Amino acid sequence: MIKDSVKQSMEELFPPPAEPVVEEAPAEETEEEEAGAKKKKAAKKAEPRLNGVLERDYKTFGYHLDIQLDPGELLAAVLILDKADFFIESITGVDWIKEDQLEVIYDFSRYDFDACRVVIRTRTPRSEPSVPTITKIFAGANWHERETHDFFGIKFEGHPHLIPLLLPEDADFHPLLKDFKP
Amino acid sequence: MSLTVLNAIIAVVIAIGFAALNAAYLVWAERRGAGRIQRRPGPNVNGPLGLLQPPADGIKLMTKQLVIPGGADKALFMVAPVLAMAPAIMSFVTIPFSDMIVAHSMNIGVLMIFAFASLGGMAILLAGWGSRNKYGVMASVRAVSQNISYEVPMLITVITIVMMTGSLDLKDIATSQAGGIWNWNIVPSLSAPLMPVAFLIFFTCSLAETNRAPFDLGEAESELVAGFHTEYGSMGFGLFFMGEYANIVIGASLITILFLGGWGCPLGLFPGVWWFLLKIYVLIFSFIWIRWTFPRTTIYGLLNLSWKILIPISLFNLLLTAGLLKVF
Amino acid sequence: MSAPIQIQPGETFTLNVGPQHPATHGVLRVKMEMDGEYIVKAETVLGYIHRMHELMGENRTYPQVLPNLSRLDYLGAMGYTHGHVLAVERAAGIEVPERAEYVRAIMVELNRIASHLFWFGAFVMDLGGFTPLMYAIEDREYILDMLEAVTGSRLTYCYFRFGGLYNDIDDDFVNAARAFIPRMRKSLKKYAALVTGNIIFEKRLKDIGPISAEMCRKYGASGPVARGSGIDFDVRKNEPYSVYPEFDFDIPVYHECDSLARYMVRMDEMEQSLRIVEQGLDKLPDGPIMPKKKPKLIKPAAGDYYQAVETARGSFGIRIVSDGTKNAYRFKLRSPTYSNMHMFDEACRGMMIMDALAMMGSLDLVIPEIDR
Repeated sequence: MIKDSVKQSMEELFPPPAEPVVEEAPAEETEEEEAGAKKKKAAKKAEPRLNGVLERDYKTFGYHLDIQLDPGELLAAVLILDKADFFIESITGVDWIKEDQLEVIYDFSRYDFDACRVVIRTRTPRSEPSVPTITKIFAGANWHERETHDFFGIKFEGHPHLIPLLLPEDADFHPLLKDFKP
Repeated sequence: MSLTVLNAIIAVVIAIGFAALNAAYLVWAERRGAGRIQRRPGPNVNGPLGLLQPPADGIKLMTKQLVIPGGADKALFMVAPVLAMAPAIMSFVTIPFSDMIVAHSMNIGVLMIFAFASLGGMAILLAGWGSRNKYGVMASVRAVSQNISYEVPMLITVITIVMMTGSLDLKDIATSQAGGIWNWNIVPSLSAPLMPVAFLIFFTCSLAETNRAPFDLGEAESELVAGFHTEYGSMGFGLFFMGEYANIVIGASLITILFLGGWGCPLGLFPGVWWFLLKIYVLIFSFIWIRWTFPRTTIYGLLNLSWKILIPISLFNLLLTAGLLKVF
Repeated sequence: MSAPIQIQPGETFTLNVGPQHPATHGVLRVKMEMDGEYIVKAETVLGYIHRMHELMGENRTYPQVLPNLSRLDYLGAMGYTHGHVLAVERAAGIEVPERAEYVRAIMVELNRIASHLFWFGAFVMDLGGFTPLMYAIEDREYILDMLEAVTGSRLTYCYFRFGGLYNDIDDDFVNAARAFIPRMRKSLKKYAALVTGNIIFEKRLKDIGPISAEMCRKYGASGPVARGSGIDFDVRKNEPYSVYPEFDFDIPVYHECDSLARYMVRMDEMEQSLRIVEQGLDKLPDGPIMPKKKPKLIKPAAGDYYQAVETARGSFGIRIVSDGTKNAYRFKLRSPTYSNMHMFDEACRGMMIMDALAMMGSLDLVIPEIDR
């Protein structure tokens, strides 16, 4: 199963200190991924997620592996997926304004019948959002990153052509930020 | 003397009238024909069977403002549509519709028609160049290379026929085929066994010369917007449009005269202008039919077809016929 | 066009294809760097019909945003609404009655045929043949009439509901659909005779516009574009959803990687969709079309949900990040042609403009779907 091999190599990426995700005491009020179908009631008290690999119930979430990592580890993780013949599905952002963070979500999937959808998440501070570009690994990330830059203002370091794609060429606003006022 | 001048003027007026009427009503025929082919009615609102559509179109085109784009070369821009229409009309002067009906019979009729036909390519070049539109320039470059490549096999084929007939006069060429279908140039004879092939080459070349689909690269609307007449509106466009149809009539007339016995009946009975008209309209219908059936070729496919296939075959045909004419 | 054009040997010029150009089928703009007729570079400029559906998805409740989905792709709208209802049903855990699932599959497949038919006509028109478009529209009209009778609209359907359907299909629809299948099979034969076998058509597409499987992977191409490059990928098979596992159908795959392969994939797909419709009509169970128990207000549990569906153009994905309220916290649409079009720049380099535009036609672009 590709899922297991990817999981394994991903886990190697995180050095031992990054312990497997354990539930900790709720630190602040966020509503994050931990709320699975079984824990709907506990959803209100979701805890901030640590970096690491999570296996998700495909039926509930629609993807198999959920990886959270630091922006610095992104390229290494994406390289693993590239070697495992994943294709890039999309890149997008989420504005977690309460935590003062922007999340960048990368979706990867595979062309064969061993279905494995991998989601990579990385967080960056809202004040100076910046993530390394993966266009050197996946050329198709180009437009997705430009779009995410349009909507969230996230800087993709090293991107060859980071100008507005869907927004007007002189756009200086980021409509999907939660504090965006039209 | 004055009678000849009057004759000439009347003949020219009739030729112009015939060309314009044909151009207008061929548009109607093409649209109706396309409608039949595509299972839709086509223009059917103005007048019975939509027969008043061409005058309505003409009035619309003539009453529209003539817009000259800012960067265009005004003189060339204005001259080009006229240049597209005028040679087509001029060519009608020398085409014999029957042994009686010909505006001005010339002993170099074939040469004159091809000389004027070359001017048509000039019109396209000037239109594209003069309008200073990138699409226009690209289209005119295409159209010129197309015209040059297709004139070569066309002329070689004509030379074959001229050799067989021994005359450059269209009337003589038609008369030499009188008497029935077995005398027509399209039928292979001992001295010219490859004539059906020559006919096909000539037919293909006339399609290409008139910029008709599948060789309408000069106005390939899905790539070059409208090609060389992108910037033309109102009657400028109208003249190009009419010029195209007038050229089609000339192409069909030439094919009829060179290959299909002109005004002769297939069985040798009652030769006359009706046979000529019947033949050209059948040919024109086949032009329309081809246009609405085939997709467009590519420019390199088109040039390859001409230089690698048509020209060698027509040259071979010329040599073969020349040799066999000597033998038989 | 006021500035004079200077073309000198070795120099390039910029050709602005679009936003209003007959080949782009919408308001797509491609800035092409040309060397004569050859393309040196092509930069796509998007956003002329950008409507920010994702922000609308955040500002509206889940049912309110449902009509938005059919405005993405006006040719195959059913598949996109299907993606949305599936995503929300997954997030909110809503059960769908079996009959509704079957009707959905039938509708989506009929819509897929309609979309492919229109593409077929428009594609051949790109190549200069106008007549097939008229034939294709005649068949498509039949489908649209059928769908209109049930769904109430011809293009922008809002027929699916969370948990089921807006309206049950009746005998008229079933009879019309049954009559349509043999009719469409006959038409497909006609198209094959008229277009596929045409020598000019084949010359224009064969070995033209190569897109390798590796390139598809790097750009995330999907749908017929990927399948024309030898990739056996169809979300309906790879990640079965709805009732697709119940149907017996094949995924046409061609390994030639050229425009003709992409064309053939779509032509074969119509036949496969017909098979699904046929089986769906045979197996159609009786029963309700809406679940008995359905939450009045849809509030999915907090979480991040993803749903991919195979639309007429490829793998369409919806990501719903919910915070447990009645609005989505983040509503992301992953449109297939966005990725497919992205390849155009790399794929068209060094091609002649007419081949490149033929290849662009074979990508089956719907611009509102790229721009969202």
